[in-house]
Amino acid sequence: MTNEMAAGEGGAGIEAIGLVREFKKGPRAVDGIDLRVEPGEIYGFLGPNGAGKSTTVLMLTTLLPPTAGIARVAGHDVVGEGPEVRSAIGAALQEAALDPLLTGREHMRLQTALHGIGREERERRGGELLERVGLSQAADRKVGGYSGGMKRRLDLALALAHEPRILFLDEPTTGLDIQSRTALWEEVARLAAEEGVTVFLTTQYLEEADALADRVGIIDHGKIVAEGTPAALKAEIGRPTVVAIPRDPAQRQLTIDVLGRFGECAESDHKGGAVQLAGGESELAEVVRALDAEGVAIESLNLHAPSLDDVFLAKTGRSLEGADEAEAEAEEAVAEGAPA
Amino acid sequence: MNEGLRSQVGQLAHRSVIRTLRQPAQFVPALIFPLFLLAVNSGGLKDATNLPGFPTDSYVTFALAVTFMQGALFSVMNSGTDLARDIETGFLNRLALTPLRGAALLTGLLAGSIVLGVVQGFVYLVVGLAGGAELAAGLGGAVVIVALSVAVTTAFGTIGMFAALRTGSGEAVQGLFPVFFVFLFLSSSSLPLELLKTEWFHAVASVNPVSYLLQAFRSVLIEGWNLGELALGFGIAFALFAIGMTAASSALKTRLVRT
Repeated sequence: MTNEMAAGEGGAGIEAIGLVREFKKGPRAVDGIDLRVEPGEIYGFLGPNGAGKSTTVLMLTTLLPPTAGIARVAGHDVVGEGPEVRSAIGAALQEAALDPLLTGREHMRLQTALHGIGREERERRGGELLERVGLSQAADRKVGGYSGGMKRRLDLALALAHEPRILFLDEPTTGLDIQSRTALWEEVARLAAEEGVTVFLTTQYLEEADALADRVGIIDHGKIVAEGTPAALKAEIGRPTVVAIPRDPAQRQLTIDVLGRFGECAESDHKGGAVQLAGGESELAEVVRALDAEGVAIESLNLHAPSLDDVFLAKTGRSLEGADEAEAEAEEAVAEGAPA
Repeated sequence: MNEGLRSQVGQLAHRSVIRTLRQPAQFVPALIFPLFLLAVNSGGLKDATNLPGFPTDSYVTFALAVTFMQGALFSVMNSGTDLARDIETGFLNRLALTPLRGAALLTGLLAGSIVLGVVQGFVYLVVGLAGGAELAAGLGGAVVIVALSVAVTTAFGTIGMFAALRTGSGEAVQGLFPVFFVFLFLSSSSLPLELLKTEWFHAVASVNPVSYLLQAFRSVLIEGWNLGELALGFGIAFALFAIGMTAASSALKTRLVRT
C-alpha cells in the first residue's frame, strides 16, 4: 500500500485511486477518479445528473463493486473488507428509502436492531436521534404521512443509528424547501464540527456545496475536473469584482480614482467604476472606507463573486444547470443494480 | 440459530407482520375471494356428488380444500410484492448497509406469510364448517389443516420472493398470479383424480403437485386420518419450500451485489 492511501487507513478517511465503474450498455459511469477525504472533513461532490456521483457513492459504500481501481474507507478496502466498511459508515442514499407503513420509531428500532444494538440502548439511542432531527412528535406516525423534509431527516437519523465515523449523503436535500434544507445543513455541519464525523456529500446544488463543504470535487462525465476549497476554486478562475456607482454623476471620476487604488479600474456603464479585488472579497470593507474617506456618496455598490457554476463552466465549457441527460440513463441503470 | 441472527429474524418478522396487518387491501381479498369461489362452486357443482365414486356427499367439504390452495396463492402476491417494493424503493439497499444476513431477510419476510397462513386457515375452516362442510378428523384435524395451510402458504411465499428478487418488479410478481391459477385448474380441484376421465387432463393433474396438496386437505376433511396422504402433502409443501428458498437465496446473492 502506498503512502497516498493514508487518509483511508485506520481513521475515518476516504481514499480512492483510479476508481472505475463500467456498465454493459453505457459509457464509463465513473472513469478513473482519485479522491481523498480527510477525517472530520465535509467533502462536497458536485456535478450534474448522470455525472457519476451516485455511482461513486455506491462503490464507496460497498453496494457496487468497482470495475477497476482501489478505494479504502475508514481504513478498509471496499472490495475485500465490505462488512468492516459498512460497520464504519452511515448512508442516506438518493430518495429516502423508507417503509411508508412503519412509523419513525419502528424504523429506528429496526435499524438499530439490525446493527446489533441491545434493546435498552436501542430505545435510548432511537429516541435521542428522533429528538435531534426534530421528529419526536411524529415518531409514532406512519412514515407514509411524512413530508419530504421529515423523510430526509428520518433518513439522516437512521444513517446515524450505529454512530458511524463516516457519513455518505447522496443528494440529501433534493426536492426540499429552503427551510428543511437549511435545517439539514445545520445538522450536517454540527455532526462534522462537534462529533468529528467525516461527511461525503453529493449534490447538484451549488449553494449547498458552497455553504457546507470544506472541499469540493467537481465531477463531469465520470471524471473529477476540479477539486479544492470552494474559495480556492473560485479564486482560480478570477477575483471578485466590485462595481461602485456614485449618487452624484460629477463624482464618477473620483470614484474611478479611488477604486484604482485596489487594481486596474474600468468604467461601468458610464456611471461609475468597476475593479477586480486583488486581495479577494475581504478588501470590500477597505473599498467602502476609502470611498467614504474621499466623501463619495454611493448610489449602489455591488460585489460580483465567481460562483461554483462559473468554475464548472470554466472547467467543462458548460453550465452546471445543463445536465447531460444521456448519461443520466447510465446512472439509473446503476441504481437498479444492473450487473456489469 | 445464534443470538444475532435470531434478533435480525425477529425484527424483520415483526416488520413483515406489521406490514401485512396494516394493509387490509392486501389480506382482505385473500380471505374473501376464495370464500366467494367456495360459495359459487359448492352451489353450482353440488350434483357432482352423485357421480359414482365421488368421495363425499357434501361438495362444500370437497371444495373447501381448493379454498386453502387459493388462499396460499395470495401469499405469493403478498410476500413477493412486499419484497419487490423494497427493491424498487431502495429499502433493500438500506438493509444491505447493515450487517443483515441474507437468511435473516428471507426468513423474516416469510413471517408475514406465516401469519397470513394461520389467519386464512382458521377463517376458511370456520366459515366452511359454518357453511355445512364436514371435518372427519375432528378437532385434531383442524389443527393439522391450519398447519398444512401455513406450510403451503409459506412454500408458495418463497416462490413470490424468488420472483421479486429475480425481477425486482412488483408487476412481474403479480403477473405470476394467473400462472399459478392455471396450475390450480389443471389439478384435481373440481373432481377427484380418479374421476377425471379426459385422458390428457388426468395425465396433467396426476403430475401436478397441487393435486396432492388438495388431497392432503381433503383426507383430513373427508376421510379422517390418512397418514400417507398427509405425509405426501406436507412433503410436497416442504419440497416446494426448499426449492423456493434455494432459488430465492441465489437470487438474493445476485441482487445484493454488496462486496
